Amino acid sequence: MFKIVKREEMAGGTVILNEIEAPLIAGKAKPGQFVILKANETGERIPLTMADTDPQKGTITVIYMVVGKSTALFKTLKVGEGYKDVIGPLGKPTHVEKVGTVVCVGGGTGVAVLHPITRALKEAGNHVIAIIGARNKGLLILEEQMKAASTELHVCTDDGSYGHKGFVTEVLKKMLETKDVKLVVGIGPVPMMKFVSKMTKEFNVKTLVSLNPIMIDGTGMCGGCRVSIGGETKFACVDGPEFDGHQVDYDGLMQRLQAYCDEEKECYGTFCKLNP
Amino acid sequence: MAEEEVKKAKKEAIPRQKMPEQAPEVRRRNFKEVPTGYTPETAILEAQRCLQCKKPGCVEGCPVQVDIPGFINHIKEGDFTGAARLLWQKNSLPAVCGRVCPQEVQCEGVCIVGKKGQPVAIGNLERFAADYERINGKGELPPKAPPTGKKIAVVGSGPSGLTVAGDLIAKGHEVTVLEAFHKPGGVLVYGIPEFRLPKEIVFSEVAFMEKQGVKLECNSVVGRTVTLDELFAQGYDAVYVGVGAGLPTFMNIPGENLIGVLSANEYLTRANLMKAYLFPEYDTPIVKGKNVVVLGAGNVAMDSARTAMRLGADNVKIVYRRSRQEMPARAAEIHHAEEEGIEFFLLTAPTRFLGDEKGRITGMECLKMELGEPDQSGRRRPIPVKGSEFKMDCDLVIVAVGAGANPLLTQSTPELSLNKRGYIIADPETGKTTKKGVWAGGDIVTGSATVILAMGAGRKAADSIHNYLKWGW
Repeated sequence: MFKIVKREEMAGGTVILNEIEAPLIAGKAKPGQFVILKANETGERIPLTMADTDPQKGTITVIYMVVGKSTALFKTLKVGEGYKDVIGPLGKPTHVEKVGTVVCVGGGTGVAVLHPITRALKEAGNHVIAIIGARNKGLLILEEQMKAASTELHVCTDDGSYGHKGFVTEVLKKMLETKDVKLVVGIGPVPMMKFVSKMTKEFNVKTLVSLNPIMIDGTGMCGGCRVSIGGETKFACVDGPEFDGHQVDYDGLMQRLQAYCDEEKECYGTFCKLNP
Repeated sequence: MAEEEVKKAKKEAIPRQKMPEQAPEVRRRNFKEVPTGYTPETAILEAQRCLQCKKPGCVEGCPVQVDIPGFINHIKEGDFTGAARLLWQKNSLPAVCGRVCPQEVQCEGVCIVGKKGQPVAIGNLERFAADYERINGKGELPPKAPPTGKKIAVVGSGPSGLTVAGDLIAKGHEVTVLEAFHKPGGVLVYGIPEFRLPKEIVFSEVAFMEKQGVKLECNSVVGRTVTLDELFAQGYDAVYVGVGAGLPTFMNIPGENLIGVLSANEYLTRANLMKAYLFPEYDTPIVKGKNVVVLGAGNVAMDSARTAMRLGADNVKIVYRRSRQEMPARAAEIHHAEEEGIEFFLLTAPTRFLGDEKGRITGMECLKMELGEPDQSGRRRPIPVKGSEFKMDCDLVIVAVGAGANPLLTQSTPELSLNKRGYIIADPETGKTTKKGVWAGGDIVTGSATVILAMGAGRKAADSIHNYLKWGW
């Protein structure tokens, strides 16, 4: 068992943080890589990009939004309990180098994935502007951590309950217009990444996005996570999860994410009835 | 008539004993094993058909040279435990091989009895002896040599890895098996369906190895969690790489990323390893197609087609671009598939997949083929027939046209030389790779083959590793 040593609820209980004992993975993982978690014998294998690692303590941190049966099941796990299986680190790490000014854009739980990448880019000597957003103030996560990890932080909420009122892309546009931005990293819901990439393309600024398609093994064996990148089929688990944002077929990705929509609803519905 | 000939004539009079099976119309909707096994009586009767040849062709025909007349003789005499023990001397997974080996082209293919009538049912007898011992045996462990103090890491817990582990633990070495998945067994667990190889059998074989001292570490992705060099730094003296092929092949035709087009690897892994056939009791879902198409005609294709039927399909079609003669699947699998109502569309190849506005598959465009001159594989090359385009409706397509070499481990180990298709180059006699202290075998060397060939490679590598640990590279 992989024990949970710390658990936090965020965004009104819709987002959960788990710090998990996994010394082999913690010692190996680099920003941008993911793990696969399986709660119990009958559970699904769920890929989550790591939000943090602590090689000394031998722990990794994942932050996930409760969206279905498997994440709802994860939510029931308390400190001292744990996951039956944790596999990783998987995927390619983020390529971190000093390029100058970098903008890191995060939406929703994507901010959790963005956090270690932001920190690494700053540590590499970049001027890192972070822009994070959520639907409202209550759903915003990791503001303090992102402030510490970046050079400057901008916060947006869709409803204006905190920070800039509007989408992260609006603040991003301002940055692209006024600064010599060399790289943009955008991680969040697929529509957000799509619009971030569309905008940076206009400014011709290199953009990285991190994709999280449906996946089983995470080692390139099943091809379930295939995404179309510049017209070519790639496996997010081994070729990614990060890709050139300008090459991703976001509409195809969004469709493929709906593959098991009905089954997920059925499974989640039953679980919610049994665990009110 | 001489006495010998009388004996022979009598043996020939006993017909090949059929193994009872679930009726096709029943089994096509459940995941229970299809053949239910011999009784001791039928096994003894079948064993009596063996001529006990002095120069047995069957042993030559077996990739791991099981003493076939020997174990059959034990069965004939009612000593089933003795039969199982003899099998184990050459084959650490007899319950598996009895079920999945292509006997018709190996041992049974060269059986003398088969020259005139039907060959001795060697596979069925092997299965019987192994099952009998697993269920009734005392679980007595095979003899083990004194500890050598040497440590071996086996990467992958499929048939070749398990063979290496079983052989080397018996020779007194410390063996740790590293498995990337959360459960051991490799293709025996994620690939071969429950109705052909109950998973309980695989887990019991693995548990038996653990009892003998083999250590098992699941969730260990070599190439990611740990590299080969790190294994040596941890104190391992030798490493065996038996990771399987592990890369799905797609058709590279338009529409392949539509929802409902799955690699056989994905489809079978969901169904078998993740037990999606028990959804929602198990959390992993699977596409339950009504009109299912399986592309390809190997064992994996048959497994996929029969799984789809069991998941409630109205019809399942095997679509294959060559003819019946070239179908690579085991005869028994094709036969079982046909009995279960799988349809065969031969000399047919898809040219594109068609989908709806939600990105789900609705059908495919196909071409009829005819056979031309033999190609590099020696099989007649399929050539499209002009103007033969037609449309086939479907809501699930499973692509089972072979596998490639998964680069995860090899990419992280530059000293391993690969051939141009990405498979590891290893000496066919010893399994030695181009990196000192590293052996490889099974599908990651040969490309997709059979369980028994992978086990044969494991056997050779285990011998070579043992020699290395004693005498050096």
